[in-house]
Amino acid sequence: MGLKGKLHEIKQKYKGTKMAPAFNAIHTFLYAPDEVTRSGSHVRSADDLKRTMNTVIMAMVPVLIFSMFNTGYQHFSAINGFPENFAVMEHFLTWDNLWIGIIKVLPIVAVSYGVGLLVEFIFAVIKGHEVEEGYLVTGMLVPLIVPIDTPLWMLAVAIVFGVVIGKEVFGGTGMNILNPALTIRAFLFFAYPTWMSGDKVWVHGAVERAGGPDAISGETILGYLAQNKGSEMAYSISDMFFGFIPGSIGETPTFLILLGGLFLIFSKIASWRIMLSAVIGSLVMGLFFNQVVEWGWVAETSKFYGLMSFDFWKHLIVGGLAFGIVYMATDPVTGAQTNKGKWFYGFFIGFISVMIRVFNPAYPEGVFLAILLMNVFAPTIDHYIVRGNVKRRMNRLKNVTIIPSDTDSAAKELKAETV
Amino acid sequence: MSKDIRIKKGLNIKLVGEAERSTSKAVLSNVYAINLQDFHGITPKMLVKQGAEVKAGEALFYNKEKEDMLFVSPVSGELVEIERGARRRILSLKILADKEQNYLEHAKLDVDKASATEIKTYLLKSGTWPFIKQRPYDVIADPNTTPKAIFVSGYVTAPLNADLDYVLQGKENELQAAITALGKLTPGKVHVSVGKSVDSPLARLNGIELHKVSGPHPAGLIGTQINKIDPINKGELVWTVSPQDLIIIGELLLTGKFNAERTIALVGSSVKTPKYYTTKIGTEISAFLYASGVNTENFRVINGDVLTGSKSSPEGHLGFYNNTVTAIPEGDDYEFFGWSKPIFNKISNTRALTFSWMQPNKKYDLTTNTNGEHRAFVLTGQYEQVFPLDIFPMQLLKACMVKDLDEMEQLGLYEVAPEDFSLTEFICVSKQPHQQIIREGLDLLQKEIG
Repeated sequence: MGLKGKLHEIKQKYKGTKMAPAFNAIHTFLYAPDEVTRSGSHVRSADDLKRTMNTVIMAMVPVLIFSMFNTGYQHFSAINGFPENFAVMEHFLTWDNLWIGIIKVLPIVAVSYGVGLLVEFIFAVIKGHEVEEGYLVTGMLVPLIVPIDTPLWMLAVAIVFGVVIGKEVFGGTGMNILNPALTIRAFLFFAYPTWMSGDKVWVHGAVERAGGPDAISGETILGYLAQNKGSEMAYSISDMFFGFIPGSIGETPTFLILLGGLFLIFSKIASWRIMLSAVIGSLVMGLFFNQVVEWGWVAETSKFYGLMSFDFWKHLIVGGLAFGIVYMATDPVTGAQTNKGKWFYGFFIGFISVMIRVFNPAYPEGVFLAILLMNVFAPTIDHYIVRGNVKRRMNRLKNVTIIPSDTDSAAKELKAETV
Repeated sequence: MSKDIRIKKGLNIKLVGEAERSTSKAVLSNVYAINLQDFHGITPKMLVKQGAEVKAGEALFYNKEKEDMLFVSPVSGELVEIERGARRRILSLKILADKEQNYLEHAKLDVDKASATEIKTYLLKSGTWPFIKQRPYDVIADPNTTPKAIFVSGYVTAPLNADLDYVLQGKENELQAAITALGKLTPGKVHVSVGKSVDSPLARLNGIELHKVSGPHPAGLIGTQINKIDPINKGELVWTVSPQDLIIIGELLLTGKFNAERTIALVGSSVKTPKYYTTKIGTEISAFLYASGVNTENFRVINGDVLTGSKSSPEGHLGFYNNTVTAIPEGDDYEFFGWSKPIFNKISNTRALTFSWMQPNKKYDLTTNTNGEHRAFVLTGQYEQVFPLDIFPMQLLKACMVKDLDEMEQLGLYEVAPEDFSLTEFICVSKQPHQQIIREGLDLLQKEIG
């Protein structure tokens, strides 16, 4: 009797007890359960929620690995200046960079999963249901969307808040209204704004050196633009596209995010409708602002000028827009659920993201606010799409053929003859 | 005149164990059984006592709500057991068959001259009425009503189901008689569908509206076809009959005898030589199962196909409506890292490290394992990929779960039967019991609105 048999025995022994969900969570992680179909279809497809969530995590792993190198690269570049004749192998994929990533990023990942899963386990045991897989993705998203120097205790507090208030009070995975990862991000942003925005938090070490003689800058591209200092930036288009820029831990590598997005579309896990329409939405808004500048409606001294004149398509390769579109807007639980609704939902995410970005220079990252806003509106969008279907059905009622049931005498006749 | 229906959304589930086109006569079974669960929503009232001798086609019980609706014995013999469950509910009736079969003979009915009432009366007293089902609610049709149309699907897309083109061969006369009779029960049309390859005897019938259907499963389900041809609205009724039941109705009209004989397909990967058998309704499944042989110890016998059938056992009996018996391996075993490793031997609608999309023609040997645990609805847009009806499947399921009658009506519950949700249930990532949810929703709607 191997491990399989032993685990089966333990499962049978503790069936129905309080701790059973906690044990089952670990058991089903090791072994797909021996459950067989009881009603309806006797065979089922190979997919379950664990596999689905795992696919999303796989799409994020390259981003996480890149971000570990980038953390070190940004740190050293801020101190020593960006290398001339940048070469990926020589300056980016180095042990020094990775080491900074390991000591800075991995603890955040560990805290994210540790605290979040602990809350999930506690709720599963209290409520007596199985541990649900939703947090597997949330736990990976959270480290990628926070600034590198976020204190771990802050993160832990925010995760507890986000999981409990953002998800569990609604009934757990599948029932929540707001994206839990973004709820955590929003909590951090509003509770500890100095740690979440400004020009110091995006590069490791910038906060602790601030004000001293060896102070370094941690300004993001959007930060420069918001202060109309776009010309001071030293980042090329390819830097932005491949992600060698400061920002939240995992939001920068647009190229890898694009690959992840294509993988999710190919594997039919995430909605291509949301991604495509969000890209369109942001381009439309960006084009509009560019046009406003063209028409000369804003002066060069205006505080909006920097971001408004920023080429419309570049919005997609800086900041968290691409990351938000691919990994967060496509959350099926909090997004629009109808296929038509997804077009509207995605479009407005892109549209509003760029709008907030331009009009809120103090904090030019509007993606998470836009997605949270549209999370709230998603049920409304779906409502109108579903009503459209209902209306079609109601219209058919006009030429309905209702044939009255046989008259009583005919019914009696039937009965008299048969019995 | 024919109208073509092309279905694009759907998924063909290709399984190992398709029946080869050869038919044997099954060994006669000693005991035949009528399973009351086959007749959803019927409260039986017994007409004969335990130990009574009955002829084939003689009434065993009637429907408490519609006293003229009789249910008959498939064979002649002695009613040896009335199996009862909780609160003395009758579960099944077992008849020990005579060596020599006696049939209850009815006067023949000239269907060309008979009136609608005469036909109804004839079908009711002969016990063939229960073959006629109605929508909404997916129950046996109410004989006091008149449907706006009658639908017969001769196109088979369900996995491993009996090939109708094969089993209907040579039954043109019976089919025609039944269609003529049923045509008089509706002022509307009798819609009959066949596959693109017009080899079916159904295509040659008179008095029908023929539809040629193509596309993946669920194109063959009658609910899909109704939705595309003439969707059901609130207050409307349609009737549906399966082609093999038409044969029994037709033979009755032609000869006056209820002949419960039917050709069934024995299929599935647990069967050594899957093939066709002629046998009778209610026969012991072991009578033909072991003739073909089984190749595993631990298998499940299903009355019907893998998506919509009901669980049975080798000692079980062929259902009243079934023309397929499936045997597949039970999947009650653990799989090491089954949730994360790449999967080549199972069907999936996604490509999340599942590779069935690479081999669309491969036949799979699926077990009864659920491949995961029950969860809340999470993913969206998946059901729509395999659900061709103009209905929002997840929204309708949720309306049924929260028992919101208005929503259920408005979202189209009148148009569906549980089987229409068998494919969404198959691909459901959250492993929700779709067919059960729809069944409960239909029962509630019928109870509250009627």
